[in-house]
Amino acid sequence: MSATHAAQAAYLVAALLFILALAGLSKHESARLGNAFGMLGMAVALVATVVLAADRGIGAGAAGLLAAAMLAGALIGLWRARGVEMTGMPELIALLHSFVGLAAVLVGWNGYLDVEHHPGGAEAAALDALGTLGIHHAEVFVGVFIGAVTFTGSVVAYLKLAARVDSRPLTLPGKNALNLGALALFLVLTVRFTVAPALWLLIAATALALALGWHLVASIGGGDMPVVVSMLNSYSGWAAAASGFLLGNDLLIVTGALVGSSGAYLSYIMCRAMNRSFLAVIAGGFGIEAPAGSEVDYGEHQEITAQGAAEVLAAARSVVITPGYGMAVAQAQYPVAELASKLRAQGVDVRFGIHPVAGRLPGHMNVLLAEAKVPYDIVLEMDEINGDFADTDVVLVIGANDTVNPAGAEDPGSPLAGMPVLTVWEAGQVIVFKRSMASGYAGVQNPLFFRPNTTMLFGDAKDRVEDIVSAL
Amino acid sequence: MIVGVLKEARDGERRVAATPATVEKIRALGHEVVVDPDAGAAAGFPDAAYETAGARTGEAVTADVVLGVNAPPPDHLDRLRPGATVIALFAPASDPATVEDLGRRPLTVLSLDAVPRISRAQSMDVLSSMANIAGYRAVVEAAHEFGRFFTGQVTAAGKVPPARVLVVGAGVAGLAAIGTAGSLGAIVRATDPRPEVADQVRSLGGEYLAIESPETEVSATGYAKEMGDDYKAREAALYARQCREADIVITTALIPGRPAPRLITAETVAAMKPGSVIVDMAAANGGNVEGTVPGERTVTANGVTILGYTDLAGRLPAQASQLYGTNLLNLLKLLTPGKDGRLVLDMDDPVQRSVTVVHDGEPSWPPPPVQVSAAPAPTTGATPVPVSPVRTPMTARRRFTGVALTALALFLVVGFAPPALLPHVTVFVLAIVIGYYVIGHVHHALHTPLMSVTNAISGIIVVGALLQIGHGSTLVTALAAVAILLASINVFGGFAVTRRMLGMFNRS
Repeated sequence: MSATHAAQAAYLVAALLFILALAGLSKHESARLGNAFGMLGMAVALVATVVLAADRGIGAGAAGLLAAAMLAGALIGLWRARGVEMTGMPELIALLHSFVGLAAVLVGWNGYLDVEHHPGGAEAAALDALGTLGIHHAEVFVGVFIGAVTFTGSVVAYLKLAARVDSRPLTLPGKNALNLGALALFLVLTVRFTVAPALWLLIAATALALALGWHLVASIGGGDMPVVVSMLNSYSGWAAAASGFLLGNDLLIVTGALVGSSGAYLSYIMCRAMNRSFLAVIAGGFGIEAPAGSEVDYGEHQEITAQGAAEVLAAARSVVITPGYGMAVAQAQYPVAELASKLRAQGVDVRFGIHPVAGRLPGHMNVLLAEAKVPYDIVLEMDEINGDFADTDVVLVIGANDTVNPAGAEDPGSPLAGMPVLTVWEAGQVIVFKRSMASGYAGVQNPLFFRPNTTMLFGDAKDRVEDIVSAL
Repeated sequence: MIVGVLKEARDGERRVAATPATVEKIRALGHEVVVDPDAGAAAGFPDAAYETAGARTGEAVTADVVLGVNAPPPDHLDRLRPGATVIALFAPASDPATVEDLGRRPLTVLSLDAVPRISRAQSMDVLSSMANIAGYRAVVEAAHEFGRFFTGQVTAAGKVPPARVLVVGAGVAGLAAIGTAGSLGAIVRATDPRPEVADQVRSLGGEYLAIESPETEVSATGYAKEMGDDYKAREAALYARQCREADIVITTALIPGRPAPRLITAETVAAMKPGSVIVDMAAANGGNVEGTVPGERTVTANGVTILGYTDLAGRLPAQASQLYGTNLLNLLKLLTPGKDGRLVLDMDDPVQRSVTVVHDGEPSWPPPPVQVSAAPAPTTGATPVPVSPVRTPMTARRRFTGVALTALALFLVVGFAPPALLPHVTVFVLAIVIGYYVIGHVHHALHTPLMSVTNAISGIIVVGALLQIGHGSTLVTALAAVAILLASINVFGGFAVTRRMLGMFNRS
């Protein structure tokens, strides 16, 4: 069994372990085991590759550099993983996507430097003998392109999520034409490169892809971030797969395809949860057209104090809490968890209802609540909880707006029409925690606030929840 | 301004227009409050409680703004200061004599029962809050007279059937009665000429009895209106049938500004079971039941008790005062926009215009009608149904065509691809399919860990860089080293953060 042969066998094992890792995440019970499978698979792949590289004979200097780079990466990675706040998960994930993208760009460039840069070299000659030199040209190009789009897209997403730049969508004139034009130009460049590889073509394509990635994500608003992040997740997978084609490495192809389809599926779920098509999200956010019917007289909202809310909660038998991004912004998950455990100790049936697009990341609310030690079996998703609102005494809406807007279900003229929402208004009483009466991300007024069974509790969500906890 | 809270003059009235809690909030609007001695005593609010809330005890009629529940009698009105504002329930729609008398006085008279039924004014809708209390009390009174349980029971001493309650009219009072009777365990049925209330009846656990007639009603005022003859005949038949089965009948049918409709005849009452109880909540307006004596309890020859109490809400004085006081407070909030203790009456505001019976000594009744926003606009038969933007799922045929076309395209692409690429493409396509099915089963709650795990495994790109390092030029090695560094951050960071996250998920 040669080293190459052994590495191939190890790669197959690693690929299967990765599939088991993803399969393990289907249930809470098996999730940790799944993660362990993933780590095992990665260890198998890394050991096999290092052995293979050693077998091919890398110099001592390169080996030292390899070890140093990997050690440094491991330390940085572990340091970030240990320190990150759960509210900061979206930023971390976006940042990690950008690393994959940049690594794919570098691998692609190396592919060029190894082969195309030395048209008379041994590697080029070997590929030419197989008749795949032209394919190699194209693979370099595609790999660099996808990697570069992922890189800048993720960097912009990171900046927006970390509030380093304004999260409002950038609206350049003719932005869709710009995107399509960039794609068309890329095709032209690819054809030219495949026919006659040249350094300037690769530089041009890299620059084009970097610009496209930046523009693509800059034009999408903050509230569409769950879709953007899962889309970039998908891109990072395709970038890895493209590198796999370039290097003829099946493990990279399999892993890239798994990650790519994972991100695509998440994007699909997010889009369905907003009743919007993927293209509509990519083409720009809400709020471009003024929502119709904003002049409707919704009546007046009623206010409640924290003291009053505490009294209402103390008298309730069943309570559902529906958090949104506002809870993460106010860092209110800990007081919310305390409120839940206090009410549960008093015999109140407390559950959480999570809308698929709540937060800035798929599943973001679940992680925040888990961090605050809310048991996961009382955290339900929208489809599980929507039938139960009619039997619920009190619903607390904390930092959510569009995801509990009755217009989604009832008003066909609303921009939110058709969006599946949490039907909180069916409950006996709804208490909405909100800073002010401003409208949500979609720029649509929420008739929920004016319903007779809704009361508003204004102020910072964290402070107000703490007030309620102390009043109980 | 000084706000005075009257002690109610009417005999047997135990309600009061302000509670200590609302007094505190009236004072927060910048007003001073003076309360008649013993004004709230009958409702359980002693003078000391008002004083603790910041009011002083004194003569309320001398105040600038005088609050009452019932219309103050003429001798009280005579003592009011010229230019004073008086707010109470004057029933201007059904009592033209009072309106005429008020119009001769140098006062501003606001009648809280004239608040229009629009959503903005809901917080001042005193008729609804009183009707809610009265509906509850009607069931309590009926239960008191009724010699049996409401709920069905199986005991060692035998089986007890549940009581059957019929509620006529599913307005606010009717709905309150349905909910109360239902929660005591009775079987509740309800009728109403407005078919749109059926869902509300069911939501409170009642059964809606529809009166089958082409003449169904869409109300533009939020109240019921008088119905035609054919409808009435069907209605009478329904009541005759239902009353024979019912143990308790609670009637709530009122039409604003008209006598209450006579829905249940003496004949129907005579056919009822002995021991049955009828509560006629419309007694004050003439009654829905033949034989009702307003304000009295009567027993018919066949042993049916008819309660004609007209003070049902007042029989819960603390509750009624609290809700009435809050409605009144909300009106004062509207009238004191600056929270500076200055009362401003804006006659352009439909709510304020509607409640004003007399404005600075000038009679202003009746106000122009207000279209109710809550009621659906009258629809003609052929209103186009708005097109829902919900995308319809693809039909099987379209789906099949799509798959077939994709398959053909894939065949062509792979067919013309260089043979060396084939094994890789095969692996790639199959991996996508596996990925789709595996990810489809991932629990929604685990989507964030899923993303961080895929982040970690997409760091597998490190394998590519590992094989490149040390081959080719120094530049290649340098670039590969950077790639290894980045991808390693992903691998280690991704798995570590996933592990940390999954460690947080705990069962209760």
